[in-house]
Amino acid sequence: MRQRNAQPEQDAPCVIFREAAIRRGGRIIWRDGDFEIPMGSVTAIVGTNGTGKTSMMKAELGLLPLDHGSIQVLGQPAGAANQRIGYVPQSYTSDIDSNLTAEQSVLLGLTGTMFGIHIVSRAERAKARQALEFVGIADRAAYRLSELSGGQRQRVAIAQALVSDPLLLMLDEPLANLDMASQRSVVDVLAKLNREMGMTIQVVAHDINMLLPILTGAVYLLDGHPHYAALDKVLDSDLLTHLYGTSVRVVTTPQGDMFVTPGNGSGEAVPQHTHDAAELAMMHHHEGGSR
Amino acid sequence: MNGISFAFDPNWLTTLSAPFMANAFLAGLAISLAAGVMGYFTIARHSTFAAHALAHIGLPGATGAALLGLPVSAGLGIFALGGALVIGALGKRASQREIATGTVLAFATGLGLFFSRLSSSASQQMQSILFGSILTISTGQIIGFLLFDAILLAVLAVIYRPLLFSSLDEQVAQAKGVPIGAMNIVFMAIMAGVITIAVPAVGTLLIFALVITPAATANILAASPFRAMVLATLLCLVAIWGGLVLSAMFPAPPSFIIVALSTAFWAIARGVEALRKRR
Repeated sequence: MRQRNAQPEQDAPCVIFREAAIRRGGRIIWRDGDFEIPMGSVTAIVGTNGTGKTSMMKAELGLLPLDHGSIQVLGQPAGAANQRIGYVPQSYTSDIDSNLTAEQSVLLGLTGTMFGIHIVSRAERAKARQALEFVGIADRAAYRLSELSGGQRQRVAIAQALVSDPLLLMLDEPLANLDMASQRSVVDVLAKLNREMGMTIQVVAHDINMLLPILTGAVYLLDGHPHYAALDKVLDSDLLTHLYGTSVRVVTTPQGDMFVTPGNGSGEAVPQHTHDAAELAMMHHHEGGSR
Repeated sequence: MNGISFAFDPNWLTTLSAPFMANAFLAGLAISLAAGVMGYFTIARHSTFAAHALAHIGLPGATGAALLGLPVSAGLGIFALGGALVIGALGKRASQREIATGTVLAFATGLGLFFSRLSSSASQQMQSILFGSILTISTGQIIGFLLFDAILLAVLAVIYRPLLFSSLDEQVAQAKGVPIGAMNIVFMAIMAGVITIAVPAVGTLLIFALVITPAATANILAASPFRAMVLATLLCLVAIWGGLVLSAMFPAPPSFIIVALSTAFWAIARGVEALRKRR
């Protein structure tokens, strides 16, 4: 799973949003997405339910057309570089009731787009095995997906995304519905991918606590448009409180880890800002533009 | 229980050597291949109910064709294909929409009944359309079945991996460039063909046990898709040929014995699996 000889230069941004907007069923989900995500970063896409986190990932994959503006991924228009993107959608762990084994599922990450008769080669099998080893689940290679736990399936899904040597890995809520230990093991895999292979990672998450140790930045979907900020900017109590519409506090522990916890008066609800998207675009535009 | 006898027929070998039996055995082989291979994908795509519905959507086509004096298989095939293309065009999720599919299924069955009552010849054929008549399959039909099998295998050889990938996860497959819309339409169109050739064996009502149940049994016993397809074909074949032999020995309709065997295999596999898991 070496990095493939990367065509986009290392210092070029991995993802570039330019005045991007998305509309669904006549309603603007978000607009004025204008930011860059660097190569080699680990970015969380955060926001409350229905703010368009999954839509953002689909737009980056070219699966959802933009209403306005442009998105470039790995130096190409959204959708054109998908062969070098590993994608793990949210439904993966919950929906799958498949008889395929973990190994077969990972192999499809290599051979699944091939038309015509294709006999799986020894090299492909070795690659699949390597991906399973990387996510620490090689001992379950012969198990069916339906026999694996949610956390194990999530790791198989990541292995399937990894097996084609992507430069960018996108995961939609990879920690949802997992117990703490499984969440830990998935986060460990992501950390290893980023540190050992320099892989750029994007994670849609509604709870970023588990991800904080590995995050380098976040895209926060706020009041109808996305912003990108490096980690220190994201971990601002006021911003997070505004973002989630409930009191949020940032705590720095002696270990240096920072945690986002519900504030003391957790019962009190802070009114969530529900401005019209157009109105807010005016309010927020100067922030995004100045960077 | 006077009048009803389940006596063993000592002349069963003579019955089996009749020419119509040779046709039935050959038809069984062609049907098993199609059902065994497609059953796997139908389960993998969670489209078993849609497959069941296609047989019923084909029913008014079959009785309508009988009404007009056309070949029953042609009417069945055209209606099933039409239904398949509509379900396929609506996407994989649509084939999982049970209420819409069930409602159309019931209406189509009613329409089939209506057509069958419009003429005495259609009315006579109703029973064999609903429950099958594998012993009356003609040589012409068998040539059609074998042609269909050849097309099925050729198409599957081309789309095997993308179809499997899109069955596992449509979103990932789509992101990687698999044309999932085309996959779905091709899958449903082939499904309509499988239904069309399987209905003469067991009829529209019992088709689930012939197309889906052997594949489900094979899924319990084998994890690799290819092995599961081979095993499903074999199970289907044993059910049909076993049904033909047993129905020659005992006075029971072949359709019943075919479905009974298929169900028994499945029940045994489930039972063994449950016992193995308990240990």
